[in-house]
Amino acid sequence: MAASGKVATASGDRRRRVWRGRLPALGTAVSLLLLWQLIVSGFGVPTYIAPSPLQVVGVFVEKGDILWINFLPTLFEAAAGFVLGNSVAILLAIWFVHSRFAEQAFYPIAVFINTIPIIAIAPILVLMLGNGFAPKIVIASLICFFPTLVNMVRGLKAVSPQMLELMQVLSATNPEILWKVRIHSSLPFLFAALKIASTTCVIGAIVGEWIGSNYGLGALIIEATYNFRSPMLYATVILGASMAVAGFAATTIAERRFVKWKPGAVH
Amino acid sequence: MSAKRSADDVQAGAVSGNSENTAISIDGLAVRFGEPPDRITALEDISIEVPEASLITMVGPSGCGKSTLLRAIADLVEADQGEIRVFGRTPEQARRARDFSFVFQESTLLPWRTAIENVLLPLEVGQRNEGFEQHAEPAELLALVGLSGREDALPHELSGGMQQRVSIARALVCRPRVLLMDEPFGALDEITRDKLNEELLRIWKETGTTIVFVTHSVPEAAYLGQKCLVLSRHPGRVLEFLDVEYSAPRNPKLRDTLEFVQVTGRLRQLLEQAGRS
Repeated sequence: MAASGKVATASGDRRRRVWRGRLPALGTAVSLLLLWQLIVSGFGVPTYIAPSPLQVVGVFVEKGDILWINFLPTLFEAAAGFVLGNSVAILLAIWFVHSRFAEQAFYPIAVFINTIPIIAIAPILVLMLGNGFAPKIVIASLICFFPTLVNMVRGLKAVSPQMLELMQVLSATNPEILWKVRIHSSLPFLFAALKIASTTCVIGAIVGEWIGSNYGLGALIIEATYNFRSPMLYATVILGASMAVAGFAATTIAERRFVKWKPGAVH
Repeated sequence: MSAKRSADDVQAGAVSGNSENTAISIDGLAVRFGEPPDRITALEDISIEVPEASLITMVGPSGCGKSTLLRAIADLVEADQGEIRVFGRTPEQARRARDFSFVFQESTLLPWRTAIENVLLPLEVGQRNEGFEQHAEPAELLALVGLSGREDALPHELSGGMQQRVSIARALVCRPRVLLMDEPFGALDEITRDKLNEELLRIWKETGTTIVFVTHSVPEAAYLGQKCLVLSRHPGRVLEFLDVEYSAPRNPKLRDTLEFVQVTGRLRQLLEQAGRS
């Protein structure tokens, strides 16, 4: 009993220490919000130029349903784009590692596509794929694709020559080397890319919605800007950012679950 | 040396039970790298026989091709001339039959696998044919290398010496008839190294495996080897295949005896000669 009580206090202590570590950041954020509120109301800044924090909170309370209705399609597009773009990148990377020809033939094309600004591709895709979910998902997946491809190729190749010789002595086949060695060694690289992708896929979905869409956070941003509904604009931006932060956090949690080893050989 | 050699043959026969059995025979081996005119001859005219259940050490100046020779036996390097037989099989056949295991200088453990999962790796890959269904018990192997209780430790939680112990256990899991070791203790500090030499002798006696052990260290070569192969360089040739025999048992005290110092002295002399060529 005594021992377990001691353990409980120890973990409670740690939790308290963690919170104490976060206090400065929390304090700064609250102070900045306070300052913002004071400036806006003190100097009588017009709402359409900059709304006060309280007005933005008011939007969340009063127009919560509109925000929610537009939040869901963007979330769906970003998530679908994340899955699609990363899956294609992972499969291509596996192909590249096993075929020099494929790498030489397709890698330069992938680099070229990556150099085209996403803003320039978006209208082309809308023309090709119409007004529905499809172009937004493709834009979100395109933006995820390249960092994951590059990292995954590096990760799959980050196997020491000695490790490959060991597998050769064991008469291991290529699929066995892929599943037993390469996939695992690529995970730290993959998660580094997925963390980037988890935030950029939201940008992709929103950019897609700017062009020819009447739903989603992107459309809401355009609509709120044109009508000088600044509090709504700010609320939408905060919602989009929260989505990206949540995606990043989920990826980090997944990384901690899947990569428990120290990637010593990985630099 | 010749009088000593005949005495040794008797001794070798007593240890292996039957001195007639040859584990590895190499006849007229040559290995070359690259294309002419930049062709480099790494090994030339190597002919040796390794008796079953013996422990052979291999020394030579850097670049003499001792690792290449080991890798040729392991089917990691192709022979340009000559023949290698491991229990009558070609290196490729021997590899597929899991006649030999290889221990590298680095432990080459999979960092995401626990010690015992690393030991199990050889049983999960490669075509399952000819006789390695009868594998050793992984937990017993970890006990054999002195790691009982650390089965579930990840490699980064183990010291360098412990990691190398795990890799030796992994090499033993298919009950290989030959253990090929390429400077396995080269990256370890001297105290750990001496200790692992001790353990390797014990493991060798307990398992009866034929061991070919490449090393940079003269004392290690003299302490472990029943025979010591000295290679010269450019190209690598057999300079001497020396019998190493002591009247005292092989334990840490041996290192301080005059006999041991004489053997290491002789080896150093040979190495110097090898380096000059």
